[in-house]
Amino acid sequence: MGFVKGLKCRECGKAYPKEPLHVCSYCFGPLEVDYDYDGIKKVLTRKLIESRGKTMWRYQELLPIDGEPTVGAQVGFTPLVKANNLARVLGVDELYIKNDSVNYPTFSFKDRVVSTALTKAKEFGFKTVGCATTGNLGNSVAAQAVQAGLESYIIMPADLEQGKIIGTLIYGVNVIKVKGNYDNVNKLCSEIADKYGWAIVNVNLRPYYGEGSKTYGYEIMEQLGWKTPKHIVVPMAGGSLITKIEKSIKEFAMLGLIDKADTKLHGAQASGSSPITTAVKLETDVIRPVKPNTIAQSIAIGNPADGFYSVKTINVSGGWAEDVTDDELVEGIKLLARTEGIFTETAGGVTVAVTRKLIEQGKLPRNESIVISITGNGLKTQEAVINKLEIPKIINPSLAEFVALIEEKKAAARR
Amino acid sequence: MPIKVRIPTPLRTVTKGADEVTVVGNTIKEIIDNLEANHNGIKERICDKDGQIRRFINFYLNDEDIRFIGNLNTPVKDGDQISIVPAIAGGVDCV
Repeated sequence: MGFVKGLKCRECGKAYPKEPLHVCSYCFGPLEVDYDYDGIKKVLTRKLIESRGKTMWRYQELLPIDGEPTVGAQVGFTPLVKANNLARVLGVDELYIKNDSVNYPTFSFKDRVVSTALTKAKEFGFKTVGCATTGNLGNSVAAQAVQAGLESYIIMPADLEQGKIIGTLIYGVNVIKVKGNYDNVNKLCSEIADKYGWAIVNVNLRPYYGEGSKTYGYEIMEQLGWKTPKHIVVPMAGGSLITKIEKSIKEFAMLGLIDKADTKLHGAQASGSSPITTAVKLETDVIRPVKPNTIAQSIAIGNPADGFYSVKTINVSGGWAEDVTDDELVEGIKLLARTEGIFTETAGGVTVAVTRKLIEQGKLPRNESIVISITGNGLKTQEAVINKLEIPKIINPSLAEFVALIEEKKAAARR
Repeated sequence: MPIKVRIPTPLRTVTKGADEVTVVGNTIKEIIDNLEANHNGIKERICDKDGQIRRFINFYLNDEDIRFIGNLNTPVKDGDQISIVPAIAGGVDCV
């Protein structure tokens, strides 16, 4: 069946059985899944992967489940778009958008981690699941828990964007709004997991949950024709995704599915919540927690769980990190929409704006291939742009008024 | 000045299974030293060899992360509630 041997501590290496555990009981280091890669190498080939359905489960040997996926069977294999229009504006030769704003079923990359975590939760026999969320994760846990027949508790900061709140409430699950920021919610969820024994996907199922993110990286490589790009720019909140993309590349290289693994990974944050980019720029691996203050709420995490490891990933790969202001991220959202027809949320605006900045700084050479990670959908964070768009003039259903309006627009364009 | 300290599952082996213990002290540092006096072996689990709280452990005083309010020197008073939470997140002093 599966290829998971157990869990092991990322810090001290102590081995643990396949259980819903997330911290080493001795050194408190994070636990990670330990795979039988020799076994995987014997069965997993490009041909086998290509013969399967276009979902993230085409890589299922590299995911931490023992049986078949039981939750989110349709998740993943989102488009990798060759972004020629945006490339022209940014002055680069080869640019791609990995577009998880159209992931199934809740329009963010979180659908990948949740289908993995809830399949695992069912294998463990949990009846109740939950999460600490900045929005997207809550949407996905709620939707997929309903599909899986599990009870769920979605615990979120009280001030999230309306699209994120409605996008959870609609599923009729238990929603708890907490006074405070995501870091406060995260701490509460650690205590809840401990007291109630529920499967909190990003707490006690975290070792399994995080593995789902690797499929984002596998898909980029397969969609490029079993090749790695030279650069990937990744938004960072807790910092997990960038480390899992790195892992996906290393695994594919180890299994002989790609030839070269020399991708530079670059991290993107909002300046109002930038503990990771700050550490990279100061050339330290010490993460100093901050109190987030940015409209990019989906990535507003002041005490990032994988901050330490994401700094390492960036440094080892030879990448860099940057952050952008709220105004710059709004421009990033508009730029992507107006060049590629993709409406992303605030985190995507951050990633586009950081890409632009890294190109201008020369950190992203103009003649090398670049992938921008778009992980969420703009319809969920309309507050960010609602006051930054032209308000259309209203006319009567009269051709004369329409003609006058068009003339006016032409004149304005000439000015 | 007894202060309540919530103990996470991995540390309950040193508190004989108790999920909450009471301890006295005027600062977080004193609390940790007094916890060690009552529950031998707990300090080396919480702190590294320099006496600093380990990267993967968070301490909260009345639900506020102590890194924002003075770290080990944070004053504590009667009736306060301390939580020790395996971090899922690492870091040191805040800015």
